[in-house]
Amino acid sequence: MLNYTLRRLMFTIPTLLFISFVIFLILDMAPNDPTGNLPMTIPPDVREKIRQSLGLDSPMYVRYLLWCKQFFINEPLNLIEQWFDVCFGDCGERLRVRSWATRSYVVDLIAERMPQTLWVVGMSYVVSIFIALPIGVISAYRQYSWFDQFGTFFSMIGFSVPTFFTGVMLIVIFSVWVPSDSIFWLPSVYDTTLEVTDLHSLWLQIRQMIMPVFVLALYNAAQLSRFMRASMLDNLSQDYVRTARAKGLKEKTVLLVHVLRNSMIPVVTVIALSVPQVFGGAIITEQIFRVNGLGQLLITGIQGADIPLVQTLTFIFAVLIVLFNLVADILYGLLDPRIRYD
Amino acid sequence: MTSIDEQVEAKNRSLWGDVWSQFRTHKGAMLGMIVFAVILFGVAAGPYLWHTDPQHLDIRAKNTNPITSCLFTGSQIADCFSDPESIKYYDPDAEQLQRIKVSWAHPIGTDQLGRDLLAQLMQGGRVSMAVGMAAMLLSLVVGTVIGVLAGYFKMVEGLLMRATDLFLALPLLPLLLVIIMLFRDTLRNAFGPETGIFLLIVFIIGITSWMQTARIVRGDVLALKEREFILAANSIGTPSRRVISRHILPNILSPIMVSATLGVATAIITESALSFLGLGFPSDFPTWGRLLFDGTTFIEQSPARVIWPGLAISLTVLSVNFIGDGLRDALDPRIRGR
Amino acid sequence: MKLTHFIAGTLGAALLSTTALAESHMAQGRDGNVNIIYWQAVSILNPFLSGGTKDVDASNLILEPLARYDQDGNMVPWLAAEIPTVANGGVSEDLTSITWHITPGIVWSDGTPLTAEDVAFTAAYCMDPDGGCAQLTNFSDVESVVADDELTVTVTFSKPKPFPYGPFVGGTSVILQKAQFENCTGAAAIECTDQNFNPIGTGPFMVDEFRANDVVTMVANPNYRDPSKPAFASLTFKGGGDAASAARAVLQTGEFDYAWNLQIDPTVLSDMAAGGKGEVVSAFGTAVERLMVNMTNPDPALGDARSTVEGGAHPFLSDPDVRRALSIAIDRGVLAEVGYGAAGTPTCNVVPAPAIYASTANDECLVQNIDLANQILDEAGWVRGSDGIREKDGVRLSILYQTSTNAVRQDTQALVKQWWADIGVETELKNIDAGVFFGGDQSSPDTFQKFFADIEMYTNLFDGTDPEAYMNSWTCAEIPSPANNWLGNNMPRYCNPEYDALAAKLSTTADIDARAEIVRTMNDMLMQEGAMIPLVHRGRVSAHANSLEGVILNTWDTEMWNAADWSRGE
Repeated sequence: MLNYTLRRLMFTIPTLLFISFVIFLILDMAPNDPTGNLPMTIPPDVREKIRQSLGLDSPMYVRYLLWCKQFFINEPLNLIEQWFDVCFGDCGERLRVRSWATRSYVVDLIAERMPQTLWVVGMSYVVSIFIALPIGVISAYRQYSWFDQFGTFFSMIGFSVPTFFTGVMLIVIFSVWVPSDSIFWLPSVYDTTLEVTDLHSLWLQIRQMIMPVFVLALYNAAQLSRFMRASMLDNLSQDYVRTARAKGLKEKTVLLVHVLRNSMIPVVTVIALSVPQVFGGAIITEQIFRVNGLGQLLITGIQGADIPLVQTLTFIFAVLIVLFNLVADILYGLLDPRIRYD
Repeated sequence: MTSIDEQVEAKNRSLWGDVWSQFRTHKGAMLGMIVFAVILFGVAAGPYLWHTDPQHLDIRAKNTNPITSCLFTGSQIADCFSDPESIKYYDPDAEQLQRIKVSWAHPIGTDQLGRDLLAQLMQGGRVSMAVGMAAMLLSLVVGTVIGVLAGYFKMVEGLLMRATDLFLALPLLPLLLVIIMLFRDTLRNAFGPETGIFLLIVFIIGITSWMQTARIVRGDVLALKEREFILAANSIGTPSRRVISRHILPNILSPIMVSATLGVATAIITESALSFLGLGFPSDFPTWGRLLFDGTTFIEQSPARVIWPGLAISLTVLSVNFIGDGLRDALDPRIRGR
Repeated sequence: MKLTHFIAGTLGAALLSTTALAESHMAQGRDGNVNIIYWQAVSILNPFLSGGTKDVDASNLILEPLARYDQDGNMVPWLAAEIPTVANGGVSEDLTSITWHITPGIVWSDGTPLTAEDVAFTAAYCMDPDGGCAQLTNFSDVESVVADDELTVTVTFSKPKPFPYGPFVGGTSVILQKAQFENCTGAAAIECTDQNFNPIGTGPFMVDEFRANDVVTMVANPNYRDPSKPAFASLTFKGGGDAASAARAVLQTGEFDYAWNLQIDPTVLSDMAAGGKGEVVSAFGTAVERLMVNMTNPDPALGDARSTVEGGAHPFLSDPDVRRALSIAIDRGVLAEVGYGAAGTPTCNVVPAPAIYASTANDECLVQNIDLANQILDEAGWVRGSDGIREKDGVRLSILYQTSTNAVRQDTQALVKQWWADIGVETELKNIDAGVFFGGDQSSPDTFQKFFADIEMYTNLFDGTDPEAYMNSWTCAEIPSPANNWLGNNMPRYCNPEYDALAAKLSTTADIDARAEIVRTMNDMLMQEGAMIPLVHRGRVSAHANSLEGVILNTWDTEMWNAADWSRGE
């Protein structure tokens, strides 16, 4: 297993380099432009000068190599310098990845967005796992019971109604209809500057998280519980379950130790694919509640054709995807020892 | 004593006959089938029964309320249903009698430009159902093939799974912009604006949503591959092709079914996101997702504009889900045997 | 509430040390916090490096120009003591230079005095060829900007400028502090993150915390020239989301005090306003939503000559009768009502304001007349085919009509399509992501400059009150083509020597009435030849909470122009 992991990790480097190149190629080919959202009063020749000042007039491969140098060499060096308070050569003068729209360091922008994204999107995944797994298990164990039918109904509704609709609906109910002095009133705009220092600010933080977390959790829980239920059903009809029962094992043990463990493979895949999503943020939900996390950063970057920002964000996303897929593969081996990679 | 006829019939029971008889016992699946058939009939034959042109603008009839608003007119309910144009009610905001804007010409109301919602719903359903099914099938086929190959054949595993990682990592929106820039005009010239964009959208949704299926299928195949019955099949020299089709595929049916059900919903909703971004169908081309999206702005003024398309999407997804459940049970010999 | 009171209290106490407590109701910072919501987030506070309206608006809370336009389009001195004119000797007789006198005693928020050096530096900063300054247009034809003494600065132009108020007038041409930006000129401009995120200004507020593309928090500038302003001790400038939810946050939930640019369905907006928590305000500037008519042939078969003058005239839009019929078939009143509500009125002119430039010679199109349109086409020989679409000599009246993606624009497209169908014209609609459509990417076929369609629709306007540069857009030299990398403003590819002659005359005429006369003539030429089909004169529409007083919506300058005067009412 260790051997396999190391081999996979080694293979990761060329894969990621290739991915970064493909991403850059796509961003470069995409027809949107950094001056596209400027007011019409700015004439075309000034726009052209702005593009030149961003370096867009140099060839694509030069810009890609520059980004590689900035991201793979200068940024890590800078991080090390900051952490250990040391200085290699021309520290402070090094060219780092800068966003075009804000002219600031992309890494700083990402660090600024991390807290709200982890709070909201991360929490929503945690909540959805805690909701979905029990629902999936019970629905499968009591297949076609009223609980199962009810669960199916709600999860499919949750999945088929898009977040742009649920978000607005919740705002209309809890921010508009509920009077603002009621304790059930919830803010429709997320305050990213709020710092949790005492009980009161913790309450404010929880209150502003309720709606976005609920919207996202509903959507994710729906998907997760369906896979959980399907996988449990498959395993419940296997021979080893009958054997286990025949041996006189307690039903709880049969269900939660034998069947659950063997049913986790698709669920682990879905969860492993979702962890990078947490860092990718939730574009629509973040927009609706103005959480302004990584998802919103990415979408404004894309709309403004902010290539360095989008390239960096997407690449970090790619790293997480590759890593978590590796984690999922290792987990397969742990869950089901029969799976061998060597 | 059974008659000879019956005996013959019993002998000739085919696999698919068994599947069907099992399927029929699944109440949810039968209900799903009926609902799905009704929706299908509604969108396919509806426009022939309801002649209003979904794209016709009647600006004077804009923001017409659904006829069900008559239920709230108190003592005038009967009059309202028989002659909706005549009903007036007291509007406390405007401090005068107002006409309640309902009409049998537009039984579920109109949008802000006076387009008939019922006609739009039927027209939009055709597109949404077609996009949902086609994109789901495409992503399912691609995902299953890649997942099975990667799980079963060690040689191609690395390559295929890294390709999956690549697709997962690609930034969707810029990719769409590129694809549309490159192919929209070519397809438009080859197939016309509507078919061209339909093919493009199905392709885009399919090609960007197969990765999860591929990973899930591969995970299951990895586990199955080491089971005794596969080892047995291999040891008697069964060719890989047959091992996959006879032994692997039937056993990974349930995650595939779930993926398929979820895929329909994802495709319908992704299509609406595309229209919203200006990358989908032309703007005068209604789809369920688009109707829902446009209606969201009017959620307080006319809830009917979100309820109907939302209901249509949910019912379609629910019915597909139950059909999927029923099929899975019916195809599983362990359950069928019971 | 407690927190804002606390901030107000401490700030107030610091400022009040010299004033009697009895006057505290007039002191700076007496009204606590004000919340502003923009559905586009601020990405930088240096308006020279961005040019986005949101960035310019936010930066104008901190930075100020020498003079501004008021809500009626009149120039008012801001940091300058008076508006220089030929009459008061501020503008030279030959119209080549203008001398500004700064009001004495104005200090930056760090306490140092504002000098003419800062003004001269700002010009040098923007005019640096490597800087990529977005507001360079304000400095066109500027030869030099020299500080004559502490408080006097002279701008010299390379040719006579009948309207010398480009530099340092209006929200896009604010003054930067030399001491702060000295090392940020040219290519170094983009590296000054701290300066760009926290500029030192003379305005009513200064930055407390800046989160790019998210939220800016500001506090009152203790060194502001009027000790009783601003009334608010702090200000939150939140960004992101969409227009509908921004309107909701002000008009329905009451979480915010001011929301910007609420281009949403008018019935939805008025229903929200009916809740009584806030008020919708609108004002008209120079923006006109218009259809551009492609005078050249966009046929893909032409390859590189597509939509260029070399590619030849348009098969049917080159016929003036077709253009006129298309124009009068449109019911502009309905378009304005459905799409814009209070923020739109029908117009037949491309220059609808200021009043002295607005022509009345084209008002035929204000009234829809389908019958007349049909008659014109009949007489011109365009006959209906079996499918109801008119054709002549094998040319079908089939139009590809493109615009950017935007709910209102798509509604407009649908309406226009139906009216054109009534006169036997077939229309295919196409909408393109705004970033692509307005982006000008050379490799993309979908930009508004390339105009690979028959009709395209968007809004254009001019800054300030002088339309000279705007009118120049439709001269022959401005036609976009591969030769000039499609950089040009003349989208209809309109070319008329008479028009060019008038444009040349305009640039040398100083008398305001004579200028107005020329502009009206040029406008009428464009309209009567049908190079453009104007649809709706668009206003700005914003909303503010009932408790927010002093808001005067201004379309000639930034919306934040008088934020120093805002206060909290009962």
